[in-house]
Amino acid sequence: MISRQKNFPMRTLFLVLGLLAIIALAGCAGSPTWFEPASSNAALITHLGTAIFLIAIGVFVIVEAMLVFSVVRFSRKREGEALQIEGNRKLEIAWTAAPAIVLAVVFALSLQTLQSVAYSPAPDPAGTPAGDAVHVRVVGHQWWWEFDYPELNITTANELHVPVNTVVNFDLESVDVIHSFWVPQLAGKTDVIPGHINHTWFKADQLGTFHGQCAEFCGEEHALMQFQVVVQSPDQFQTWVAQQQAPAAAMTGDAAKGEQLFLNGACIGCHTVNGTKAAGKVGPNLTHLASRKYFAGNVFENNAANLKKWLTDPPAMKPGTLMPNLHLAPTDIDALVAYLTSLK
Amino acid sequence: MATNVGALPMERRYETGIARWLTTVNHKDIGILYLVSAFLFFFVGGIESLLIRLQLGEPNNTLLSPDVYNQIFTMHGTTMIFLFVMPVMAGFGNYIVPLMIGARDMAFPRLNALSFWTFLFGGLLLYSSFLLGGAPNAGWFAYAPLTSTQYAPTHGMDFWVLGILMTGVGSTVGSLNFVVTILNLRAPGMKMSKMPLYVWQQLVTSFIILFALPSLTVAAILLFLERNFGAPFYLANQGGDPLLWQHLFWFFGHPEVYILILPAFGIISEVLPTFARKPIFGYTAVAYSGVAIGFLGFTVWAHHMFAVGMNPIADAVFSIDSMIIAVPTSIKIFNWIATIWGGKINFKAPFLFAVGFIAMFIIGGLSGVSLAVVPINFQVTDTYYVVAHLHYVLFGGSVFAIFAGIYYWFPKITGRLMNDRLGHLQFWIQFVGFNLTFFPMHILGLLGMPRRIYTYGSQYGWDTLNLLETIGAFTIAMAILVFVWNVVTSLRRGEKAGNDPWDGQTLEWTTSSPPPAYNFATIPTVHTRRPFWDQKYPQLATEKSKTPALVMPAADDAHGAVHLPAGSFYPIIIALGLAVAFYAMIFMLPLSLIGVVIVFAGIIGWVREPR
Repeated sequence: MISRQKNFPMRTLFLVLGLLAIIALAGCAGSPTWFEPASSNAALITHLGTAIFLIAIGVFVIVEAMLVFSVVRFSRKREGEALQIEGNRKLEIAWTAAPAIVLAVVFALSLQTLQSVAYSPAPDPAGTPAGDAVHVRVVGHQWWWEFDYPELNITTANELHVPVNTVVNFDLESVDVIHSFWVPQLAGKTDVIPGHINHTWFKADQLGTFHGQCAEFCGEEHALMQFQVVVQSPDQFQTWVAQQQAPAAAMTGDAAKGEQLFLNGACIGCHTVNGTKAAGKVGPNLTHLASRKYFAGNVFENNAANLKKWLTDPPAMKPGTLMPNLHLAPTDIDALVAYLTSLK
Repeated sequence: MATNVGALPMERRYETGIARWLTTVNHKDIGILYLVSAFLFFFVGGIESLLIRLQLGEPNNTLLSPDVYNQIFTMHGTTMIFLFVMPVMAGFGNYIVPLMIGARDMAFPRLNALSFWTFLFGGLLLYSSFLLGGAPNAGWFAYAPLTSTQYAPTHGMDFWVLGILMTGVGSTVGSLNFVVTILNLRAPGMKMSKMPLYVWQQLVTSFIILFALPSLTVAAILLFLERNFGAPFYLANQGGDPLLWQHLFWFFGHPEVYILILPAFGIISEVLPTFARKPIFGYTAVAYSGVAIGFLGFTVWAHHMFAVGMNPIADAVFSIDSMIIAVPTSIKIFNWIATIWGGKINFKAPFLFAVGFIAMFIIGGLSGVSLAVVPINFQVTDTYYVVAHLHYVLFGGSVFAIFAGIYYWFPKITGRLMNDRLGHLQFWIQFVGFNLTFFPMHILGLLGMPRRIYTYGSQYGWDTLNLLETIGAFTIAMAILVFVWNVVTSLRRGEKAGNDPWDGQTLEWTTSSPPPAYNFATIPTVHTRRPFWDQKYPQLATEKSKTPALVMPAADDAHGAVHLPAGSFYPIIIALGLAVAFYAMIFMLPLSLIGVVIVFAGIIGWVREPR
């Protein structure tokens, strides 16, 4: 009787777990999961993770089965008293040794991978020149990402472009609080800490766009501090570099009016547009804003309607953002939007 | 089986009404105060968790503003750790430890009262922040420099620091009391090697608190100095270092995990033998593995910091240390299963919760090992995978054990049994709700969902699992309602428990339910680990003892009256003085002198109080 009571919920549990697994697989589409790695280093972690999870599932099944079996079997009504035993040395040695051995295997596996992912591969002294690698300085801001390519003279925000099959080395800095740089499909997390310069790297081996996100709680808009990594073929990357290196486009019509408003307004206190007097460092560099797909921490699609909404009242779109409501006149906003959408 | 309760006189100055509860120094009263207050905080923390789940139930939700969401999750974590699990364990310890070791009270009854009042006032101080400008919003881990006045300009963080310091006073004083009580007040014949395992775990926990808490205290004081007196300990641009906070915090924070789970291990190690009607399997291994965990717990703090950019060699060291802890933990699990094996199981609610504890803790332990694997940690740290892990350990672990303990000792504390059918009902609702809430979090973490985000877009494939979790959270809430109903109705109409409703093995079951103020009319002498069982069933005794397992001298006039300490107002006065001083430190520093004066007046009165 009691054992039936016990069995029924167990079966339900397995049913629920099975359903969950199906839902999870269905949910995978579009998820930034490290189980679909797109770099050699992330793939190493995925392999390790798969091995460790299989070991864990094995241990789980064995130990839970022991538990459930003991409970079910000894819950039955029966004659006589319980076994009065205090222990068994051999058994106890066995179940001390067993987990120790499993853990030793796990540790050995993990050391191997740690070696490979911790250090960026040194430039091959015999072959390819060191110049092959791309170097990016990542600066965390509340709540957006600045990406500098010092050797290429490019500064952009929230949209990181890298060439495929190339080692990309990152220096990570923060201007305010601790953030964490994470692109699940390309590299695990490295914290971005004020007063420290941290390093990480990856070598993407697939073309595509990959979701990145701040992973350390960094205040009010932690959730909306995202970015994307665009992995491009070498040619595409060179085109992008050339475009980003160009000075801001010349403006005509409404956009020219917007430019004047921009350069004579409060905007330049925080934003830079290369080739103009706007050289603020607090907010994102806007020289090629229109080339980016999203804005404000890679959250809102970069189009005229959204920019208009943003300029009307930034904190209404992203509460907590450091950009204040400047109470701009609607006509000025239209001109500014024309200007910003022309910064290709 | 003579019951060991005599009609002996006792001294008490404030025996009735509210004054009794304000002045009580009796360990059982204080235990009840701890348990009741902790459960009230549990309900508040639970409501906070429901708000979190409501907000995350669908993508792009705007139920809570980001700032309110951050306050709520900060308070949820802080509450469940500092205001629920720690004090509830202190409550059990206060009530049960003296009874288990055959003592009349804790070693320092008035200090015991002080530890309760500082905990309660610390918790209330923290919660008053909601009404006084906003609750803390930097997470229970409060990483610098997010806690500095520049990024946290409200008084919320000051309330957090002072609330934590105040409850810390309570925990420190309480732990000292447990250590002295356990080392000195055990019944004659109860060597350390005969001590109930619950008492063992409580002893280890108390030592961990004494050695770990100072690190948090230091960290918090430095933060307070930074925020209020411009001493930039954690500010990189002024020569400080935000990582200093992380090391100090986790040097406390990881042992804290064992502070929360070791007493749970102790409860399980009492419940399983009682309901399997067996001795614990491998007493020595269970006791010493607890000690080993206590020591090892101090060597693993930086496994919370693998992503901060430490040297890979340091990573490897903290990784292997963390894995080594899994060995003593596995030993305990195997010993518990072996304790069930061959038993004649009395399938009551406490046993069910204990089995649920083991089943869930295994999952939490396994995910813990995966987190100790550094490269995996780089991917899963700060994601919902960690949220799943910590809830499998602290909810599936500690909270299930707490319910096992409540169902187990409720009859001893109140004299009435809780309804067992409702207990089973609560267990199954809670078990399903728990797994529905927290299991999908593993998957969400692997699908890339970071923790501590107040919203998420619908393009990431996280919607369905989040909705399931929200449904699960409300399922847990239903189970808690069943529990509350069970407590309320059992208090009034529950079956009378008698001294020994479970056919228990340890000393607390030899006295009446509830026990008299003095616990035992005469102090028993014990010679085995299961003195009461061995007395009842000498033919089933496993330990050879030349003397009887348990000797309880009959209470007679020759032993005279039991001297019990009188109630005292001074503990609550000192705690009040501290609270006054702390409020003044936030709002008007010079006024804190008033609080200091009250504290000193309390100390002087305390010392001069006639005993």
